[in-house]
Amino acid sequence: MQLSAEGISFRYQQRSMLFKEINFSIKQGEFVGLTGPSGCGKSTFCRILAGYESPTEGAIRLNGLPIKRNGYYPIQLVFQHPEKAVNPRWKIEKTLNEGWKVDKEILELLGIEKGWLTRWPNELSGGELQRICIARALSPRTQFLIADEMTTMLDAITQAQIWQAVRTVAKNRRMGIIVVSHEEHLVERLCERVVRLDEVGIK
Amino acid sequence: MPILEVENLSISFTQYTSLFKQEQHQVISSLNVALEEGEILAVVGSSGSGKSLLAHAILGILPANANITGKISYDGVVISESMQADLRGNKIAFIPQSVTYLDPLMKVGKQVRYSHKSGDSISAQRKVFERYQLKQGVEDLFPFQLSGGMARRTLLSTAMISDAKIIIADEPTPGMDPVVMKEALSSLREFADEGRAVMLITHDIDSALKIADKIAVFYAGTTVEIAPVADFCGDGELLRHPYSKALWKALPQNGFVPIKGNQPQPNSLPSGCLFGPRCDAANKDCGQIQPEMVELRGGMVRCIHAT
Repeated sequence: MQLSAEGISFRYQQRSMLFKEINFSIKQGEFVGLTGPSGCGKSTFCRILAGYESPTEGAIRLNGLPIKRNGYYPIQLVFQHPEKAVNPRWKIEKTLNEGWKVDKEILELLGIEKGWLTRWPNELSGGELQRICIARALSPRTQFLIADEMTTMLDAITQAQIWQAVRTVAKNRRMGIIVVSHEEHLVERLCERVVRLDEVGIK
Repeated sequence: MPILEVENLSISFTQYTSLFKQEQHQVISSLNVALEEGEILAVVGSSGSGKSLLAHAILGILPANANITGKISYDGVVISESMQADLRGNKIAFIPQSVTYLDPLMKVGKQVRYSHKSGDSISAQRKVFERYQLKQGVEDLFPFQLSGGMARRTLLSTAMISDAKIIIADEPTPGMDPVVMKEALSSLREFADEGRAVMLITHDIDSALKIADKIAVFYAGTTVEIAPVADFCGDGELLRHPYSKALWKALPQNGFVPIKGNQPQPNSLPSGCLFGPRCDAANKDCGQIQPEMVELRGGMVRCIHAT
């Protein structure tokens, strides 16, 4: 199983190219770091990989085939700000089970407590809400997970807890993880290789 | 004399559990911190430990259902609600945590200039943008057109060009790349070195260590330790509280070891020491009463076993 981005270029409307001809690939079970200066298009690239945007040029392929746009999308993205990634008018339980019926194993692994499920998003802390967003994305049908500054807003203990859980799941299911982060220590700790987005494209 | 002092602060929220039933949620309890001129105090701790609430309480921008007790004084004077409105934005600048605090309908250059009260605000804003590597064109963009890191730099610019005596920076650095982050941190350091003061609320211990003088560690709505920066080193053996040690050891560069459990919810705080249920050293004495903050080796700690 391999996810590859082939010659991806992107621009927003009529503005200049944000990046040009980026080639990137990740195999299943692999942890790859993605870094680069802020504003170089890391988040946009992630959004393209996860199917939120279509590239201006190039294509995203899974095992060499284009990804089906209907049904469950096998590449899931977890954002930096969980509060912006949930519907504020839905109770947590509804948000949690939006993509799949989250099983007990995942809940326990991520330390999600029963009491949170009946609350509103604004009543949970960032760390608690982020766990919900991660659980939501960890369906068995997810083959690649993109963590776009996923634990940047969290304290060290929560960060270590969450990554330990995600590592366990990734290992069991041979899921590929893309870690987008500015934090060198974290990327170094988690990833087998690191790609600098501003160096892989054409200037 | 501290320029800003918070004594015995407690905050609770009134919430409706059903149509006619209210409940009080205690979110901050008996919290003490002091900020001296020329100093950077870093406030670190888990999310939900009340770090941001402390900032909001000082500025007087908590929602209407908050009940606040305790004393907050600025320059030796206990501040009232009307004084708070006067201080904020003038004497106390705030760098909010969420980039959603930007006005979505105003160009960011204009928003930044708004906080500059005297003199040529356009050139001041351009200078500060240049310092944080925001291109000239950025001032004419709307917040939704900015990347996360750019929006943070915009928020930082707003505080840096004000004439405030104190900056309260609530998580100013996440999402910034290392070069810009260094610039942001060193400008906070310069701000303090001018005889002003900074309260840096962050969970990024790494950057706190680079610039702060003292670090206050928060857990479940109160301070568990206040320590000089130099104590955060090695295996954390100089730290006083078990939570601070656990936090130190969970950093990716120091072991990446999480401890079990979660920070308790405000409505189900344990009796006694708030960290007790997750602490390896806890015994039955820890479950009795919440320990007082005591002085120890040039710092403060809230633990009966601390040595």
